[in-house]
Amino acid sequence: MTRNFPMVANLSSFFTETGALARFAGRFFKELVSPPIEFREFLRQCYQMGNKSLLLVAVTGFILGLVFTLQSRPTLEEFGASSWIPNMISISIVREIGPVIIALICAGRIGSSIGAELGSMKVTEQIDAMEVSGTNPFKFLVVTRILAATLMLPLLILFGDFVALIGSAIVENVKGQVSFTLYFNQVFEALAFSDLLPATAKSFFFGFAIGLVGCFKGYNSSKGTAGVGRASNSAVVYTSMLLFIIDFIAVFLTDLIYG
Amino acid sequence: MKEENTYSSSHKGKPVIQIHNLQKQFGDQVVLNNFNLEMYENENLVLMGKSGSGKSVMIKCLIGLMEPDSGTIEVLGEDISKLDQTKMDELRAEIGFLFQGSALYDSMTVRENLEFPLRRHTKRMNIENTEELVLEALNNVGLAKTIDLMPEELSGGMQRRIALARALILKPRIILYDEPTTGLDPITAKEIIKLMMDIQKKYKTSSLIITHDVDCARVISDRMILLLEGTNYAEGTFKELSTSEDPKIQAFFK
Repeated sequence: MTRNFPMVANLSSFFTETGALARFAGRFFKELVSPPIEFREFLRQCYQMGNKSLLLVAVTGFILGLVFTLQSRPTLEEFGASSWIPNMISISIVREIGPVIIALICAGRIGSSIGAELGSMKVTEQIDAMEVSGTNPFKFLVVTRILAATLMLPLLILFGDFVALIGSAIVENVKGQVSFTLYFNQVFEALAFSDLLPATAKSFFFGFAIGLVGCFKGYNSSKGTAGVGRASNSAVVYTSMLLFIIDFIAVFLTDLIYG
Repeated sequence: MKEENTYSSSHKGKPVIQIHNLQKQFGDQVVLNNFNLEMYENENLVLMGKSGSGKSVMIKCLIGLMEPDSGTIEVLGEDISKLDQTKMDELRAEIGFLFQGSALYDSMTVRENLEFPLRRHTKRMNIENTEELVLEALNNVGLAKTIDLMPEELSGGMQRRIALARALILKPRIILYDEPTTGLDPITAKEIIKLMMDIQKKYKTSSLIITHDVDCARVISDRMILLLEGTNYAEGTFKELSTSEDPKIQAFFK
């Protein structure tokens, strides 16, 4: 029947995949609490994901702050509200734009790399070799990567937000003769705990989604180099979609809580 | 037609692997159909079959990487279907596995690749000096100088030898070779075959070798099983099978 109705086939495959992803997440939580803890591999993954993404996040954040301020300035100047730029930029970046843009960049950098690495490990039987060596490959490869992504993303996002604000402060300093001290004073006055907390909380979920989908796609990739390519590509596509869904839910909940 | 197994009973020690009526299918495709096998202590048993005949599926069922649909597999007297994860891991320490594509961890150096199984079994095996064991395993394959290299820096033949060193490092009683000479040039393939024989002599291991390399089978086998359409079609020594007049058996040796 599904052959005659491609829409039904697509929907059925979407729900099958979502179910498999949910089971995969369930297995992650089960394995997370059972010993042994692969601490060394977890630290290695934190280094790979955190340290090696710093430059990319810094460049992205800097350009984001720079461009955002340059684009907003003329309109705000027209209304005589240029003194509000630090407030507006900081709230926008910390609450929404920073976490989403940096999470999307990390989905490309981290999600695709996890998908490709696990996919090629599966194709070249390295995962089987691990199991034969008496190691639980799910625990060693999947749990450590998801955990590292969940913990590293909030740090990367906070770092990216900070660099974005530096970019914005440079534009304000050059175009509006606003000193760095004044700019950051205004930023800290504008930002409240209620801005930072929900943004940081959702960045944990962003990290979890990037790690989970990357591992799911890589661990279940089909044989051959095409399978590895598909795993890497679909890890980025599915994660990006999931990030927006998480963001929508987070904004909705924040609005409910903080009104 | 089944050839009579004339491998002398005096050569047979205790059985280390016993497979009875193994059945495995993927969808409608039957891969293994009532497959039977017995392998004895210190024996080099060659399993030959064309590509897609179910050789790799059988070896993966044997090591517990795949679950058969039916049939029993006993390794060193243990029915693997009845083992929990801990017992299975303990049994796996007694079995070395040389994967077809070497399967070295490409994010680790040669040293880390060899240390990996050691670390996993440290408690059980009371291993204190990993460095010494790593060097011993590398010396066995003549590649001690590659200890700090990454797998990508090694040739295909060297990778296969390092993979063999890794399979050997826990001093297993059984070694499973999944097409050990596939993808290698004839000279390197001969070196690998010699290495396999040296190792068997030195450590008195029992070896199950899956191959379609006739030269490899001729040199190394004590006994052979020919796999056809998922079942053991013929069994005997290399000489007996290679001189058989059955055209289906002859096809294996052409």
